[in-house]
Amino acid sequence: MEEEKKHPVQKLMDNIWLLLILGILVPLISYSGWGLLELLRLPEAILP
Amino acid sequence: MNSQSATVDHRICNTTGLTVFFRSEFFIKINAVMGVVFLLVGAIAAILLALTRWSAVMFLDEVWFYRILTLHGVNMLVFWIIFIEMAILYFASSTLLNTRIFSKTLAHISFVMMVVGALITNYIILDGRADVLLTSYVPLQAHPLFYVGILLFAVGALLVCFNYFATLYIAKKNKTYTGSVPLVTFAATTAAIIAVIAILHGAMALVPSFLWSVGLMAEPDAGVYRLLWWGLGHQTQQVNVAAMVGVWYFMATMTTGAKPLNETVCRGAFVLYILFINIASAHHLLVDPGVSTEWKIWNTSYAMYLAVLASMIHGYTVPASMEVAQRRKGFTKGLFGWFAKLPWKDPGFSSVALSAIIFGFIGGITGVTLGTEQINIMAHNTMRIPGHFHATVVGGTTLAFMGLCYYLVPLIFQRDFYLRSWARVQPYIFAIGITMMSLGMSLAGTYGVPRRTYDSDFTGAAIETGFDPVAHILLGVLGIGGVIAFLGMMLFIGLVVAAAFFGPPIKDRKMPTWQDEKSQKMTDDLINRGYEEEGKHYEHVKTPGTIALVLIFLLSFVIYYFANWASLADLWFLN
Repeated sequence: MEEEKKHPVQKLMDNIWLLLILGILVPLISYSGWGLLELLRLPEAILP
Repeated sequence: MNSQSATVDHRICNTTGLTVFFRSEFFIKINAVMGVVFLLVGAIAAILLALTRWSAVMFLDEVWFYRILTLHGVNMLVFWIIFIEMAILYFASSTLLNTRIFSKTLAHISFVMMVVGALITNYIILDGRADVLLTSYVPLQAHPLFYVGILLFAVGALLVCFNYFATLYIAKKNKTYTGSVPLVTFAATTAAIIAVIAILHGAMALVPSFLWSVGLMAEPDAGVYRLLWWGLGHQTQQVNVAAMVGVWYFMATMTTGAKPLNETVCRGAFVLYILFINIASAHHLLVDPGVSTEWKIWNTSYAMYLAVLASMIHGYTVPASMEVAQRRKGFTKGLFGWFAKLPWKDPGFSSVALSAIIFGFIGGITGVTLGTEQINIMAHNTMRIPGHFHATVVGGTTLAFMGLCYYLVPLIFQRDFYLRSWARVQPYIFAIGITMMSLGMSLAGTYGVPRRTYDSDFTGAAIETGFDPVAHILLGVLGIGGVIAFLGMMLFIGLVVAAAFFGPPIKDRKMPTWQDEKSQKMTDDLINRGYEEEGKHYEHVKTPGTIALVLIFLLSFVIYYFANWASLADLWFLN
């Protein structure tokens, strides 16, 4: 019964597994994934 | 009540009343001891570097400068801090949640992996086969054992994180606590989550480098390596931030009887760390040509500022909770009467208070400013960068961990300190030294003095690159500050080692207080009485002194930030 009364934000804060998944996903998408996509799509540099 | 209540596998702490399981106590001890061992290695390297960057001294030659710089970075930024964080994870899971750790075998394996990894790395660096600095940027190539050592250490740390999460699971399943986990455990959980993503990035960066070093793979792309490495390099520092803030909350309670003003807000700030602090790694790549402006702006401003907001929340709630505690003790005179009556002679408190001040006023303000794309172009790869992170990682995290050790030794090792009056001044010596060093670095950096460079003037170079004489005076400030900080560090190590191994045993009694009897009694009364009598009013209590401090902080921030924009306008004249 107590679980039902919990605020959604409190539920999120008490769910370490969800926090773990979000903590991995957010930087993986925003920082590494997006960054890698840009770097791998760069054309070959033409040396003078 | 002073008698030690002990059963087969645990004891009840006479000071805190917490259940300390012998199994986790053992791992807290050995991780803390190894942390201090590598702190000593890093500190010896630090003084050699400070005496070399002091341009009037230049103690090391160029070969040993880069070798010792590698040694310093690895031991201070990785080994010392992560070993202490492992001790914190065991404490926050087992002791605070009143449960046994998940696996003793796993804890042994992870500890051995971390120690062996650290020893291999240090050996190969000192042997001169890994002069690649902490970052080991491709195309610099180290001996394969360098990568093996770091990876072994990282996997060991990852196993500790797994053990930590499994212990949390067991505690919840066995209902060893009710409601949410304590705030300090939540902080440790934040640190552990960030550690997992950091180590994943470390594997993605260093496994290809290892394969390259043994000839099984072509040279990794330098841009990709930098992107992935900073996913490790910067995020490990965010592990430090989360752990440090957890120590702030813990020590605020232990030394002043403070209770966080609003736990939901504090936990929300930690969630902001979990979600957004990692992407701040992008500010290391602000001058890299391979990633777009959109990627840089998103990752270093819009989202990163949510993590900065989290730090500012903690920066308010920690001192505000102390103010409330002090006012409840009767220190209500004026705006800052409570502040003056804080237990400044308690090294546990003074370390943490100085840590928060140095971290916020120097590290935080410079960090956000340097992380701004336009300003970064003036500061990138100058001494302003180490000036910033010595204020966060050393003045902030290391000093906070020192404060923790002044309580960890009596509570966990159950031994008292010798030379207690020396311990009382130690945090101040270290804080003065590290502040001088950090400001010397930052200000020398404003003259363009480069970081990671043996000879600031590039003596003998085809184009003269000498700096203004003031820059050399500031490098002298760095050197003198380094010497003072080193003395403070040696004093700390001496005091802690003497106490932990040879200190007077205090097994059957309460921890001797660092404060006078009257102050300690007031703090104990406050902790025992709790905050229930205020009810909901507690969360709306007025904290005028902390608000004034926050306004001083924000004013300093604004002045520094816009001074940098003014400098940029001078440097980059647009008509």
